[in-house]
Amino acid sequence: MEVRFILNQKQVAVDAAPDAVLMNVLRDLGCKSVKCGCETTNCGLCTVWIDGKSRLSCSVLAAGVEGHEVTTLEGVEQEAEEFGRFLAKEGAEQCGFCSPGFIMNVLAMMREYEEKAEKSGRASDAVPDVEEIKEYLAGNLCRCTGYMGQLRAIQNYMAEKKMTGENVPEKKEVRA
Amino acid sequence: MIGSSEKLSDLSYVNHPVPKVDSESLVTGKAVYTNDLAPSDCLIVKLVRSPHAHALIQEIDTARAEAVPGIVCVLTYKDCPDKRFTLAGQTYPEASPYDRLILDRRMRFVGDAAAIVAGVSEEAVKKAVKLVRIKYEVLEPVLDFRKAKDNPILVHPEDNWRSLCNVGADNKRNLCAHGECGEGDIDAVIDSCDYVVDRVYHTKANQQAMMETFRTYTYLDTYGRLNVVSSTQVPFHIRRILGNALDIPKHKIRVIKPRIGGGFGAKQTSVSEIYPAIVTWKTGRPAKIIFTREESLTASSPRHEMEMHVRVGADKEGRIRGIDLHTLSNTGAFGEHGPTTVGLSGHKSIPLYGRTDAFRFTYDVVYTNVMSSGAYRGYGATQGIFAVESAVNELAEKMGMDPTVLREKNLVREGQVMPAYYNERTDSCALDRCLARAKEMIDWDRKYPCYDCGNGKVRGVGVAMAMQGSGISHVDTGSVAIKVNDDGFYSLMVGATDMGTGCDTILAQMAAECLECSMDDIIVHGVDTDISPYDTGSYASSTTYVTGMAVVKTCETLREKICATGAGYLGCSVEDVQFDGVNVTNLKTGESISRKEIGNKVMCFSNEALSASEAFSSPTSPPPFMAGIAEVEIDKETGTVEMVDYAAVVDCGTVVNPALARVQVEGGIAQGIGMALFEDIVYNEKGKNYSNSFMQYKIPSRLDVGKIRVEFESSYEPTGPFGAKSIGEIVINTPAPAISNAVQNAAGVIVRELPITAEKVYWGMKENAKE
Repeated sequence: MEVRFILNQKQVAVDAAPDAVLMNVLRDLGCKSVKCGCETTNCGLCTVWIDGKSRLSCSVLAAGVEGHEVTTLEGVEQEAEEFGRFLAKEGAEQCGFCSPGFIMNVLAMMREYEEKAEKSGRASDAVPDVEEIKEYLAGNLCRCTGYMGQLRAIQNYMAEKKMTGENVPEKKEVRA
Repeated sequence: MIGSSEKLSDLSYVNHPVPKVDSESLVTGKAVYTNDLAPSDCLIVKLVRSPHAHALIQEIDTARAEAVPGIVCVLTYKDCPDKRFTLAGQTYPEASPYDRLILDRRMRFVGDAAAIVAGVSEEAVKKAVKLVRIKYEVLEPVLDFRKAKDNPILVHPEDNWRSLCNVGADNKRNLCAHGECGEGDIDAVIDSCDYVVDRVYHTKANQQAMMETFRTYTYLDTYGRLNVVSSTQVPFHIRRILGNALDIPKHKIRVIKPRIGGGFGAKQTSVSEIYPAIVTWKTGRPAKIIFTREESLTASSPRHEMEMHVRVGADKEGRIRGIDLHTLSNTGAFGEHGPTTVGLSGHKSIPLYGRTDAFRFTYDVVYTNVMSSGAYRGYGATQGIFAVESAVNELAEKMGMDPTVLREKNLVREGQVMPAYYNERTDSCALDRCLARAKEMIDWDRKYPCYDCGNGKVRGVGVAMAMQGSGISHVDTGSVAIKVNDDGFYSLMVGATDMGTGCDTILAQMAAECLECSMDDIIVHGVDTDISPYDTGSYASSTTYVTGMAVVKTCETLREKICATGAGYLGCSVEDVQFDGVNVTNLKTGESISRKEIGNKVMCFSNEALSASEAFSSPTSPPPFMAGIAEVEIDKETGTVEMVDYAAVVDCGTVVNPALARVQVEGGIAQGIGMALFEDIVYNEKGKNYSNSFMQYKIPSRLDVGKIRVEFESSYEPTGPFGAKSIGEIVINTPAPAISNAVQNAAGVIVRELPITAEKVYWGMKENAKE
């Protein structure tokens, strides 16, 4: 069957079997950043965006994205490079195999918090605290780094992006 | 000599947190891994796997499978050479016995390969796998490793089983290795001690669980040679293993290592290469195999399960006078790394204590009908250190002494000879400083042994120390070649395999330091056995120390050659010139010629190649040392253990790249936390592996590791490059005993069998309450 969707800002049409999984279809379309690490939706390596929201492409049928917008790391290369520099500075990309899925989810998190801040009008909402970061990224496994270097990279990236010059709080104060 | 005398502060690249040379392509998701590079017309290779832990194939019917459209071949044991080999990536002659065939009639664990199916599409092959009809004679398996030795049921009864080295192996006794060593009269010493602890500890098999599973693709090149692109830590060993397995000459094989998605020792065994290799060799067509996560968790190369009986004795003042260790190791269905991992359980644990009167270390390694074990970071040291460090913690409790104080009285110090470590002397050892600093970091004196949080939870602290080696002495060999190209840029060719660890980067850092040039002036070429100089591979914590020294030696030779060539062009004596990384200058006249000019000139009317190649192998294996202190929180109602904080201080000699070394430590500790608290390979009573997905085999997520804090207390290793020792493996050794000790100090429960689950802690607390 033919499936039409927008992939990284470009309209594509693919011939996909009804049971074809999005992850494999994306790899066949040349998006080699999309990796498979587990087959049981535990690892987060295959994370892509569907209509701007993080999804595990191993658990989405290709037929299901008909008419939707799919973004892989290849589609946000500039942002990936920018955040990637912070990751590399910490040596926290290590083997790099989980980096694409991880970076997709980090960038999605940043966007989500920014949107939240826009809606609420509170600038502080744009920055997740450490607990929130860990929670948000809990589904992205990494066997190399022990996660600490990834967290440092996120904190440094956010500090620079927000130009707050401050460290990310461990835990935000509870607001009334 | 370069790389031995500089002050750290004078260094431009070494001891600096340089980003990895391949980081940009990794963070932008470029197609650099095995499966990204495989041609699209590769045959898909999958395996038919045994449902029985022990069985003989009586009949195998492939007709229906072969009839599936798109199927190119179905191979059985009848198609494979009947010459045994080992999949262990070790220097020849391997200590691991030659006990494998590509396909065998005898099935030795649930998941053992029974047939190979290759075809043009994933769907066709999956369908055909189900249609291979096999009639098995089901045999009783050996599943309890305590009953394996001299069991009438043999895992390897075959006559062409063979052991190349004298490791005490005997297939007619299910014995993969046996050994004993010691010094002094251990029984007399233990009998005369004022305090003795006599305990048994049990560590389970653990999966390396690197994110990229095992995978390989193969093709024939222009010359009809078998080309193998594989996610491996040991390309040169793979060449030999495939030569043995296929029974073809080694010159017919070329192995290339692209980027690797993690290894941790798993890929020091040739888990996946033989299958596509035989398909390509038989059909002439490119082929690839990608292990599923399930296969990677059920038919791979996990850590050896070990049961260790420890006796430790001390006098009244707290001097540890004797350590007696017996290790029983479970190598599973095949002997990969069986005879060697077990050695580290004693040789890398007992020497932590420097003032003993006697020690004894004995071991048996047995075959059973579970998946074969292999190499996993720490390589036996992790298991032995859990046992010995836990016993020392129990000894401290028995003596009513703070476990850090007991260690301060006994830990090995710089300049001491270690009888249990082949009588090597520690020329670099900051273990005392590591322990002192770790105590400060965690605020030990205030927190020890525990403090109640007042909300039903109690927090405790626990300690452990560790050591490892830096390469295998008298064995590991690293060679390096550097050539000068036009415009004077350098090609650095290494046989050591970067598996994410960053060795391409740290070796280039060393070269840039030695050659006084920018990192940009050096290109690094990863491993291709046709081109790269020989290297044993990246394992045994060898790369920084062994291959690093080869870089230093090569650069020295190359500098001499550059001076000689430059002097020739300047028309003066080599004694009169100096090379400062940019120019060769005649010190008498001030006349100079640049490296760029030299690089271009040697490409015209030249009779000598401007390149150098040197090798390094060490008679010693200087141990890195570390101290780890865990702080855990225990729920007094449920027994749940949560990580709060982990303070780790490492002496790896000079830190070549502080960023990469730090991440090595943090990552190793996280894996150790997994081993301590969750990771367990569980078999049912028929030998079926239940831990076959990340749902059943839990590795730590970022919510499970608490805070991990790392510092370095460097010594200076005189035989290492720039004073460096290894870092890769030692870092996994402290969490299990330190966390166990923290649980002991917080809840009064001692768990001697990993993992330390809530259930075990809960029942321990119940038991204590009864008493």
